[in-house]
Amino acid sequence: MIREFSIIDVYYLLLAARWTLALTGLAFLGGGLVGLLIAVLRVSPTAPLRALGAGYINVVQGIPLLAWLFVFFFGLPILAGVRVSPWIAAMVAFSIYAGAFLGDIWRGCLQAIPRQQWEAGASLGLSFAAQLRYVIVPQAVRVAIPPTVGFLVQLIKNTSLAAVIGFVELTREGQLTNSTTYRPFTVYIVVAAIYFAMCFPLTRWSRRLEGTLRVAR
Amino acid sequence: MRYAFNFRDIWAQWPSIAEGIGVTLVLTTVTMVAGLTIGTLGAAGRVYGRSWLRMPLAAYVEVVRNTPLLVQLFIVFFGLPSLGVRFDAMTAALIALSVNLGAYTTEIIRAGLEAVPRAQIEAGYSLGLSGTQVFRHVVLAPAIRIVYPALTSQFVLMMLATSIVSQISAPDLFHIASIIQSRTFRDFEIYAVIALVYLALALILKLLFAAIAQIAFARR
Amino acid sequence: MSLVELHDVVKRFGDNTVLDRVSLAVEPGDIVAIIGRSGSGKSTMLRCINGLEPIQHGRIVFDGETVNDPATNLRKLRQRVGIVFQSYNLFPHLSVEKNITLAPRVVKGMEHDAARELAAHALARVGLADKIDAYPDQLSGGQQQRVAIARSLAMQPQLMLFDEITSALDPELTGEVLKVLEQVAKEGMTMMLVTHEIGFARRVATRLIFMHRGRIWEEGSAGDVLAKPRTPELATFLDAVLH
Repeated sequence: MIREFSIIDVYYLLLAARWTLALTGLAFLGGGLVGLLIAVLRVSPTAPLRALGAGYINVVQGIPLLAWLFVFFFGLPILAGVRVSPWIAAMVAFSIYAGAFLGDIWRGCLQAIPRQQWEAGASLGLSFAAQLRYVIVPQAVRVAIPPTVGFLVQLIKNTSLAAVIGFVELTREGQLTNSTTYRPFTVYIVVAAIYFAMCFPLTRWSRRLEGTLRVAR
Repeated sequence: MRYAFNFRDIWAQWPSIAEGIGVTLVLTTVTMVAGLTIGTLGAAGRVYGRSWLRMPLAAYVEVVRNTPLLVQLFIVFFGLPSLGVRFDAMTAALIALSVNLGAYTTEIIRAGLEAVPRAQIEAGYSLGLSGTQVFRHVVLAPAIRIVYPALTSQFVLMMLATSIVSQISAPDLFHIASIIQSRTFRDFEIYAVIALVYLALALILKLLFAAIAQIAFARR
Repeated sequence: MSLVELHDVVKRFGDNTVLDRVSLAVEPGDIVAIIGRSGSGKSTMLRCINGLEPIQHGRIVFDGETVNDPATNLRKLRQRVGIVFQSYNLFPHLSVEKNITLAPRVVKGMEHDAARELAAHALARVGLADKIDAYPDQLSGGQQQRVAIARSLAMQPQLMLFDEITSALDPELTGEVLKVLEQVAKEGMTMMLVTHEIGFARRVATRLIFMHRGRIWEEGSAGDVLAKPRTPELATFLDAVLH
């Protein structure tokens, strides 16, 4: 039975947007942990570790996110021996994916800190880990904020792909709404508008942060 | 229960896989050309245009970059028909991908245009060149060179993103994967293989761009 | 009729008046040296003559055409006025030859071979014939500046403007550029140079203008003005520059 598209549908779409944000948040946490590891690997003084980090980034970035979603959706049950819900599959896939991108961004920020800072730390007798922790990372964090916020926007948009494996976030809710109201143009425009409302403020913020960073230099 | 990996069934499907690769490459190439064209015009418009041109372009860029490609695809393929405009899957795919890439390339090329030193532009004008001539001979080539890495990265990302058109059943590589999946029931294996094929395509594309850079930016 | 005439020219950047009712006439064959403090309006005046900067009041006339008239075809005018800037402005992505032949080919429609010959000739005039296939980043500052001069000369202008072209150079490289300027002057080109090279001005210039606070403060023959400053501002300036 077809029903009219109404404000109720907009309400349900907004509710679904919560799951978009939830998935984004968890993906950011998971990806953040992976990303930190990868970034540290990439700046390590040990060549094989650096290669490992680079390899991870290149492989993950060279495969479409859709493929990662499906590989984990079908692969995790084989590995874990249990059925995997869309939540878990999405979480793992996004964390792996985000980890590569965040790792690459953060590596860039770590490398942006001049060599002399490392040397100063070393001359004081600090170990690699200590240099990282007390000298380099605090400075790198400031540089990292604008591109990280920028990536957050990417992540929010990427969660739309979780719809394909059945995860009910904003886009999937849009598909469901469309199948009952048969108003594809209206539905997807509203969906796009909600994404825009979530992403645009972050984009603006990231740009503003970048501006203040340049001024501070 | 032990799962028996079976990749042999997948290898048997290689003709279909090859077809899928072909469609993906066609999508990528056409989108890149369209995206580059839109990007150059859009960037020129944003940097040199009057406000009646700059503002709609800014809106275009912001809207496309702050909404997901999948939703844009659905609007073109599912949404427009209810307004009377109907496209087949491939056409809709090309439109959505091109419009999407165009927004990113506009921003990338714009950064390149703005990076060309003012002094060089003045030198061009002072020699009697017209605005179009200055743009073509003095600004565009250095600008593209400056942003070449960012531009080609975006192109590689776009090639991978073409997988999304599988969701409207355009016969690209990813869609072929789901067809093979229903033929062979080897879910994991097919997507693992497809993932590796994309990885290989990405690598080849990067090498191609590196080679183009060597040739195009060589000193003659 | 003078080649260049400025009538009561006023130029402002926001609230800042950079040219304050400047009037000037330059005859064909004049070598005019313009000196003064930074901010006195010297460079701005040159940039107004070829239309790079608009003016708020007054008239600038080049060879009978009013430069600041919106109806004037600035492109055509700029083919007859050459300008060389302080920081070379060579196009880094083009070879020396292509830098020089770009305008003749694209603006005047010259054939490729004829243009290359023109470039070779222009480079010979500035002593860099062997650098025709080099790229700007392979040249020293002095060489780049000489190429910039050749590039402007290749368009066969009636007037050459030089905006502090030796200021950004290492001292050892200044000499080679000044020699080229002398040569161009000897060949009869009408030139206006903003410069700090007082010695050069005394030797080569036929007229000297001292600008101060956007006005022409003193002018006359180079020898007279430099030897007998009539105003304290010029005296102070010369003192500071020639110490």
